[in-house]
Amino acid sequence: MSATVEISGIQDRGYAFPEALVSTDWVAEHQHDENVRLIESNEDPLLYSAGHIPGAVEIDWTRDLNDPLRRDYLDRSGFESLARRIGITPDTTLVFYGDKNNWWATYAAWVFHLFGHTNVKIIDGGRIKWLNEGRELTKDVPTYAPTEYLAADRDDATFRAYRDDVLKHLSKAGKLIDVRSPQEFDGTRLHMEAYPNEGALRGGHIPGAKNVPWAKAVNPETGEFLPAPALKELYETQSGLNPSDDVVVYCRIGERSSHTWFVLKYLLGYPQVRNYDGSWTEWGNTVGVPIER
Amino acid sequence: MPPKLLEQLEEIDLYPDRADRIEMLIAIGEEFQNPTHDELPRSDSCRVPGCESEAYVALDGEGRLRIAIDNPQGISAMAMAQIILQGFASATQDEVRAVPEEIVYRVFGRELSMGKSMGLTGMVGMAKRTVLESA
Repeated sequence: MSATVEISGIQDRGYAFPEALVSTDWVAEHQHDENVRLIESNEDPLLYSAGHIPGAVEIDWTRDLNDPLRRDYLDRSGFESLARRIGITPDTTLVFYGDKNNWWATYAAWVFHLFGHTNVKIIDGGRIKWLNEGRELTKDVPTYAPTEYLAADRDDATFRAYRDDVLKHLSKAGKLIDVRSPQEFDGTRLHMEAYPNEGALRGGHIPGAKNVPWAKAVNPETGEFLPAPALKELYETQSGLNPSDDVVVYCRIGERSSHTWFVLKYLLGYPQVRNYDGSWTEWGNTVGVPIER
Repeated sequence: MPPKLLEQLEEIDLYPDRADRIEMLIAIGEEFQNPTHDELPRSDSCRVPGCESEAYVALDGEGRLRIAIDNPQGISAMAMAQIILQGFASATQDEVRAVPEEIVYRVFGRELSMGKSMGLTGMVGMAKRTVLESA
């Protein structure tokens, strides 16, 4: 379906919050605005240094967002240090983009939400669109004056779900979207195709979850997000979500599902969407939790 | 381990700082020259499984190891390909057999995503198999 969907301007696609996406033209016009910070977040650790949008800083998903020891995200102090390093204040508009259809960009944006920084946007089409349009890249790493950023304590209730939250959600027959591949969903695989087994002892999915692989929300030819009617067809008509639903999304470790979290929250405007970052690497190893195949 | 590969790894070890290491690997990646389809016909049988940068490994008509990377954004894959091509040159079968796929972590560090690890180690493994099966 997605390959044949014609992508129009962001404002014409029927999104609930079209301001959450920006075009490459918008970026070209605003890349030097003082109150805008471009942030590149990639899977490939060399890409940013090989060339990025002028003025963009890098946030690395492993070094910058995760606790180096515990399986958890950085704490308030760590977030404040990161914010100071990239020279932002709580009022700065953050514009994330990256490789792999913005997979890691939406992950970084989700982590920023945990600290209350919700003034974020995603570049529609991500890094590859900027590149394919022949726009300027630079190897110059910008430096910004360090700022004083006083963050709130990390809020793990609004946008994040823990295992116990998911169990409660299940008891209320809450809606779940599993964004992994169909083979992971049905338990044929314990990992993404061609990826190594990360050690989940059981295959399958959380009971009641619907399977919508994350990349279905993107036009594979352009990297742009699908228009709202196509997204509604995918998530509502085919998967049974309603706009008022309380939804939990998950994948393997919470990175792919952050992409779907962004789609449901901002493009379709669902009021309550949480990302279960423990995801299958936790659920598939947890003693006694229910599993469906 | 092939002496030329060992030499490269020891040179990379001299750059423990992440930024310096990245600069060095980008420079290596920029030396990589992608073979044409005539020089290395792409086919599923020579495609590196798990590598999202569309990497292909095969021997050319003269028995030389060739690697293609058909993703212009695949700079890490290009760097790894260049290290393999230079490191395997003139190596004996026993030396190639001794190459561990874990050299990927020595080059890039342990902070690679699972997908990136899989693709790069898959390239090393396929290059080894290609050379060894030609014997």
